[in-house]
Amino acid sequence: MSIFLNKDSKVIVQGITGGEGTKHTALMLKAGTQVVGGVNARKAGTTVTHGDVELPVFGSVVEAIEQTGADVSIAFVPPAFAKDAAIEAIDAGIPLLVIITEGIPVGDSAELWAYAQSKGNTTRIIGPNCPGIITPGESLVGITPATIAGSGPIGLVSKSGTLTYQMMYELREIGFSTAIGIGGDPIIGTTHIDALAAFEADPDTKAIVMIGEIGGDAEERAADFIKANVTKPVVGYVAGFTAPEGKTMGHAGAIVSGSAGTAQAKKEALEAAGVKVGKTPSETAALMREVIAAL
Amino acid sequence: MDLYEYQARDLFEKYEVPVLAGIVATTPEEVRAAAEKLGGVVVVKAQVKVGGRGKAGGVKVAKNPDEAEEAAKAILGLDIKGHVVRTVMVAAGARIAQEFYFSVLLDRANRSYLSLTSVEGGMEIEQLAVEKPEALARVEVDPITGIDAAKAREIAIAANFPDELVEKVADVFVKLYAVYTGEDATLVEVNPLVLTEEGDIVALDGKVSLDENADFRHPGHEELKDTAAEDPLELKAKENDLNYVKLDGQVGIIGNGAGLVMSTLDVVAYAGEAHGGVKPANFLDIGGGASAEVMAAGLDVILGDEQVKSVFVNVFGGITACDAVANGIVKALEIIGDGATKPLVVRLDGNNVEEGRRILQEANHPLVTLAATMDEGADKAAELANA
Repeated sequence: MSIFLNKDSKVIVQGITGGEGTKHTALMLKAGTQVVGGVNARKAGTTVTHGDVELPVFGSVVEAIEQTGADVSIAFVPPAFAKDAAIEAIDAGIPLLVIITEGIPVGDSAELWAYAQSKGNTTRIIGPNCPGIITPGESLVGITPATIAGSGPIGLVSKSGTLTYQMMYELREIGFSTAIGIGGDPIIGTTHIDALAAFEADPDTKAIVMIGEIGGDAEERAADFIKANVTKPVVGYVAGFTAPEGKTMGHAGAIVSGSAGTAQAKKEALEAAGVKVGKTPSETAALMREVIAAL
Repeated sequence: MDLYEYQARDLFEKYEVPVLAGIVATTPEEVRAAAEKLGGVVVVKAQVKVGGRGKAGGVKVAKNPDEAEEAAKAILGLDIKGHVVRTVMVAAGARIAQEFYFSVLLDRANRSYLSLTSVEGGMEIEQLAVEKPEALARVEVDPITGIDAAKAREIAIAANFPDELVEKVADVFVKLYAVYTGEDATLVEVNPLVLTEEGDIVALDGKVSLDENADFRHPGHEELKDTAAEDPLELKAKENDLNYVKLDGQVGIIGNGAGLVMSTLDVVAYAGEAHGGVKPANFLDIGGGASAEVMAAGLDVILGDEQVKSVFVNVFGGITACDAVANGIVKALEIIGDGATKPLVVRLDGNNVEEGRRILQEANHPLVTLAATMDEGADKAAELANA
């Protein structure tokens, strides 16, 4: 079991003919993902070949779904076109949309989120500006290296890509049910809370590691959620204790504004909710190993 | 990117938000000339991207050009919370009957936009929110439908504007929202928005933050960037498309991915506690690529920081494998040549890590030390910075 993604998921790639789309389609296929086609209106009717797999390129997401039965789309499209690509996928009714694109104007993200709500919120959106989602041994929809860790009982949710990799590496001997990178932008689709709720409901996830970073109050809200709704053990990590106020730390959302969004405040909120919080990734991994050993 | 008041004022004018005449000046002589041109009472206002300038003596009313020149002498060069005033705006005076507050901003928590409005302006909004929360109308703004005339009236009524003012302020709200969406802002704030004794609504001050991700559709935003006020190293990094933030410390940091780099800063700061309190000198995310050129450009920026005593390169090889990163480091050191004078601690993990480590071992560069883990690397780099 897993959350949001499994071996039966059929995946289309929006932007399959671009540089990133090409590279990661190959890596996703290698990881075992059932990639069934791609979308590029200007190259509709053509195919792309990866090894002995030939994938059809469709003119629209609707057509791709009709022809392949796809239930997941991943978007590798430039920032200027990401909103339209997402709206197309939402209109086509795709159940899961993963937006990898970095650098989307936040106003576009706000609009596409509002649009998804107005359409009944039937498409789960992961990202933008995220590494995507991996259910090790089954399917990868994103850019996480599939070889870091195998399948296991830990559910992981993180704002950051490379910290996801780091934590998967630290805990590779235990393994993961699903690891999901929700992205570092100010407005994202799937949140820490959504992932926590799904991991709580997933019988194969026995413990959850949650990675946050400075900016916003998503971690504080996740802490409230954990306190009220999560019975499985949660171990946390927050990056950015040394970040100064008013400086954006790489992610558009990673900024301490006044007293809001500090790592210390997030750590305290999580600890108050019973989450064990590590000071460093290695300490966090050690805490998780203790949790797993005690199960 | 935060704008100066005069830049916000210019944008407001472009969208027909009512503003007063204002002239930017950088010397007392220019301020005198501006005051003469505007005539009558003027206000000399420090242009700094920080709140509380009034209390710090950065805003002065002048009845004539002589007084304006004196005011300029007092304000130019003033240090307001670490921001030195280099520019002032000379604004026409207004006869204020009443002060209000209005802003529209990104609401992260609700993944939407939010307008904040109050008929009690002039006060710092944070203070108002704490002391008189009932006086602050919070109205959600749908990012698709935005603030049209009807929504603007709803906001004005929610904020308890008197009936005779509702239409007038609503018209200004619609225009301010046009600034917000038209310029891809994440904040448009007017404090105070005033009613003049003549009965006009005027934006007397303006604060605008722009979303740099949207620069591609606003070529004009490039000119609004204040390169003079930026740290020279940050500027150099920006020219090389590097994501760099200068900090006050001794251990230079290079890593890939924003989260991992933030985490590296923390781990180095903790390690530094045992090594004379050394701290991270910067944030530098070289991104997923980590090519030799990017690595060289990054090292070049960091070695240009005189405070830096050692450098910690912390890379998790994901899509870009460790051997490529290792080659990047070796080539970067060749490119920099004699410019490389500070010890480098390198920690590689992830994809093709053995090959990456082998490349660095074989290169056997006298300045490079390999670390097996992130913690070990941080400790070693801190130790070297304290040597």
